[in-house]
Amino acid sequence: MCIVIGMSVGFALLGLLESGPRHGYDLKRFYDERFGHGRALHYGQVYSTLARLLKNGLVEVESEPGDGPERKRYAITSAGVTDVAGWLAQPEKPEPYLQSTLYTKVVLALLTGRDAADLLDGQRAEHLRLMRELTRRKSDGDLADQLICDHALFHLEADLRWLELTAARLDQLADQVRP
Amino acid sequence: MRAGRWGGELALGVRLSVAGRSGWARLAMISVGVGLGVAMLLIAATIPSLVAARDARLAARAVVAAEPVPRGADTLLTAAVDSHYRDRTIHGRLVRPEGARAPLPPGVTRWPAPGEMVASPALAQLLTAEEGALLRGRWGARVVGTIGAPGLAGPGEYAFYLGSDRLTEDSATRIRSFGTRDADEGIAAILLLLGAVGLVVLLLPVAVFLATAVRFGGEARDRQLAALRLVGADAAMTRRIAAGETLAGALLGLVAGGLLFLVAGLLAARFVPADLSFYLADLRPAPALAALVVVLVPVAAVLVTVSSLRRVLVEPLGVVRRGGDRRRRLWWRLILPVTGLGLLAPMFSGGSGLTDGFAYQVMAGVAALLIGVALLLPWLVAAAVRRLGGGGVAWQLAVRRLQLDSGTAVRAVSGIAVSVAAAIAVQGLLVAVQAQYTQETGRDTGRFQVVVLPHAGTQERWSASLSTASGVRAADSVAQVTATPARSAAQAAGTRLKVGDCAVLRQLAALDACADGDTFVVAGPNAAVPRAGSAYTLGEPGERAPGWTLPASARTVPAVRGDLPQAGTTLLVTPAALRGTRPDLSFFDLYVGLDPADPDALDRLRNAAAQVDPTAQVMLIQTRTVEETLVGIRQGLLVGATALLLLIGASMLVNIVEQLRERRRLLAVLVAFGTPRATLAGSVLYQMAIPVLLGLSLAVVTGAGLAAILQATASAPIRFDWLGIGATSGAAALVILLTTTASLPLLWRLTKPGGLRSE
Amino acid sequence: MASPMADDALLTAEDLHLSFGPTPALSSASLRVHAGEVLALMGPSGSGKSTLLHCLAGILSPDSGRVRFDGHDLSAMSDARRSALRRTEFGFVFQFGQLVPELSCLENVALPLRLAGVGRRQAQRSAAEWLDRLEVADVAGKRPGQASGGQGQRVAVARALVTRPRVIFADEPTGALDSLNGERVMRLFTAAAQQTGAAVVLVTHEARVAAYSDREAVVRDGRVREQEYVR
Repeated sequence: MCIVIGMSVGFALLGLLESGPRHGYDLKRFYDERFGHGRALHYGQVYSTLARLLKNGLVEVESEPGDGPERKRYAITSAGVTDVAGWLAQPEKPEPYLQSTLYTKVVLALLTGRDAADLLDGQRAEHLRLMRELTRRKSDGDLADQLICDHALFHLEADLRWLELTAARLDQLADQVRP
Repeated sequence: MRAGRWGGELALGVRLSVAGRSGWARLAMISVGVGLGVAMLLIAATIPSLVAARDARLAARAVVAAEPVPRGADTLLTAAVDSHYRDRTIHGRLVRPEGARAPLPPGVTRWPAPGEMVASPALAQLLTAEEGALLRGRWGARVVGTIGAPGLAGPGEYAFYLGSDRLTEDSATRIRSFGTRDADEGIAAILLLLGAVGLVVLLLPVAVFLATAVRFGGEARDRQLAALRLVGADAAMTRRIAAGETLAGALLGLVAGGLLFLVAGLLAARFVPADLSFYLADLRPAPALAALVVVLVPVAAVLVTVSSLRRVLVEPLGVVRRGGDRRRRLWWRLILPVTGLGLLAPMFSGGSGLTDGFAYQVMAGVAALLIGVALLLPWLVAAAVRRLGGGGVAWQLAVRRLQLDSGTAVRAVSGIAVSVAAAIAVQGLLVAVQAQYTQETGRDTGRFQVVVLPHAGTQERWSASLSTASGVRAADSVAQVTATPARSAAQAAGTRLKVGDCAVLRQLAALDACADGDTFVVAGPNAAVPRAGSAYTLGEPGERAPGWTLPASARTVPAVRGDLPQAGTTLLVTPAALRGTRPDLSFFDLYVGLDPADPDALDRLRNAAAQVDPTAQVMLIQTRTVEETLVGIRQGLLVGATALLLLIGASMLVNIVEQLRERRRLLAVLVAFGTPRATLAGSVLYQMAIPVLLGLSLAVVTGAGLAAILQATASAPIRFDWLGIGATSGAAALVILLTTTASLPLLWRLTKPGGLRSE
Repeated sequence: MASPMADDALLTAEDLHLSFGPTPALSSASLRVHAGEVLALMGPSGSGKSTLLHCLAGILSPDSGRVRFDGHDLSAMSDARRSALRRTEFGFVFQFGQLVPELSCLENVALPLRLAGVGRRQAQRSAAEWLDRLEVADVAGKRPGQASGGQGQRVAVARALVTRPRVIFADEPTGALDSLNGERVMRLFTAAAQQTGAAVVLVTHEARVAAYSDREAVVRDGRVREQEYVR
């Protein structure tokens, strides 16, 4: 879970930078407002993530002379944009407790002017692919298999419902995240 | 307390009946339906009082010739001078008061002097109108007054009292007062019973229609009730609310029925023929019957509603119809028809004595049989439909539907069955009677078309007067005299001698050849043919009565039906065959031939005859007798049966429309998977046709059987009225087609693409 | 049988537009259904999935655009020909209220065959076989009202399959059933369709039902986003 969050924090910060260069402090505030859900990022986490991104060439620093490290402005590189696009387009592996990552993706897509509905459709297709597989396995398996598969199916179905609901409310959400 | 709550629930029902568009629509349908039924009931309740009032007035002016009345200051001489003008019947009387206190007929305030007349308004109007120009010269009298309502059968009646100074004791009846008081109690009771049976038969379909009308829109009502249950009404409360709703419709229907009745009465008063005209003042339903209608219709409406709810479970979340799987039992349905047949059984062995008790038995039997038909029908339809199978998809859909619920269809048809059975029975009886009395009489109208039966005037005077009338082509007379056999007193009864030339004798009997000097014998059914040489005394046996002998050349010939009395022997004699004998030939009939091209010739003849003797009867020679009345009655029955079928068709249409609405989704699904609309229409057609045809077959069998029994009772030859049966069946087929056709637009609309979208 | 579309699609919708009054139900909807596949039509309620299904089945005619079945343009056919096509080439399963309540389950299944002119005995024999395959042989003689909801839907499936149609249209076939019964219906349904080689167009809003499909298409605001067809 931490890893998931850790990974998505990186993409989230990248995505946030796509709309324009920002200071680290601004990035943290932005992130906390939209994705924090009551749990703010530590400054340390923000800067370590940015450092990693910098090392990978996904962001670059626009120095403002004489202002010290806190006043560094970060900007996304074209490699970073590609990376964000790839991440958004790649459906998540259907797993439990996926919402926060998906939510992050949807908001970023909206923020960066990408098609969030496409993203959701892609995710739905991925979910359904897994559900088909489970359904197939269920019809071949014994009762224990069936019960286990059903458990997974019901969870996936719940995710899909959430996807539908989100898809139906994209316009509303877009109004909120794009002031 | 409790009553108050019930009242509140009934009131809620009344309020629901006017809630929303569908509520109003339902209320309107129920009140129009109930109104139609109520109007018919009120008409039925009015006819007895209408007839009674008319009979009372006719009885008040009747002239009864009882024992001889001596002449006095309070006596009146009078004679009937009924006449015709074109197709109008005119009731007329000659009057001659014999003293100052002579009785005035009802509705008349002054005596007409000789040459004056008091006329009914209709006659007075006719006499002054262009149309009555030819009639004005008939009696040559001045109209000096009008007959008031108390002296007329109806406002349209043509009637007059004509003053005369020529009436004598011989040619007239002497009375002290008009009117008769002795009504035949026994006959009235039987007629009452007959009327009651007729009423039952007539009103059963009306009752069925009322029951159907009350159920109009029942589906929507049930859904409404389900909604009420959801907010806490219990089953009994919903029943009372439904009752309140129906009551609103029934009460409104009573008002509508009253209005319809008035409109129908006013229209009838304007358009009925003069013979049947009635005074609007008499257009009052018998109070007891009217009260019965006013009380029974709402009560029956409520009962029908409550009993129809008995088979429906109104649950908070919807309406459940209890399945029609209960088997109908046969045995108790057979009780009434079997009883009826038992009561009618003696008729097969030739019911002879039509005593009062016997007549009651017939009535009871007929009623039991007819009502039994209505009871038998549900079982018959259920049993027959259960055995139906095979056929195409449309047939299968209809049959299965009927198998599941035949009750609705049967309710609609049972009314028909009784009425049509009764109509066929009565028609069958009429046909038999008609056949008996209206077989071709063989009377020849080639030469003579009219017979005049004079009461006064000599042959010479008549011949002279008639031959000068324009339009008269031939006038011939035949005289009659009683012939008393000289030897055998036992043979005395009814031998008569008729004298006339060959042309006129041919009107009386089928003569093969005839010349002046011939004599013919017509023997009655039970009379012996007299032998040649039999001697007779002609005229009243007495001092100057001449004798006459039947010549050996006399031939026996068959009579022509209609002109000769059936009993006894008639001797037809040409003038030369009298061989000089001069009997008193003052009783004679005149045979008159008219110009067929002149439509007014008959009325000119009537005018001419009235000049000689106003009391003379002028009759048309008919090739067929009684025909017209019977044809009229038969047509009336056919019209009535068709009207009933239409009524039933209307209620079946309402049923089918409700059913189609109820299953709009199913219809859409059926169309989706490719069911042709023709198949769906076909299933509607079969669904109507099967019960109607079953009901009609039962009705035809019962009716024809009943007709056979009634014919046996009337000792008429048994014949079936195929024409009537055919016409009734044809009308039924037509009604089925019409009803189906009328339901098609809705079917088309419900099966339009997009019917599936109604979820 | 050479289709102008160089494609193996059995049933295609091209650029369909259809409005009910002022509200557009379909706006430029296109879709392909391939022989033998189970295609799920998903989407929020009111998105136009049922309308699209009705257009594909020739029940509704679009205002513009074309529906082709096996190379034939449905909108160019007469109503009678479309009815005949629905009788012989298509099968239908709806959510509820589709069985004739007076007929026995067996007669309900035999109905499409009889409409297609098959004799009664023959039709009922085939119907009995199908009832057996869908594991509802025991309700053959009962009326639909006497069978349970799940049994009723399986009878409806048997009726859709009995004419061996090439496409079966199913509009929320399990919508009125609990999940266990719904799954049983879907399992038997898809298995039987696969055996006969019939394509299934399945309208559903339930993911677990859609999971029985091979492919899904999402209808949103009258448009279709179709998942790629991979043989």
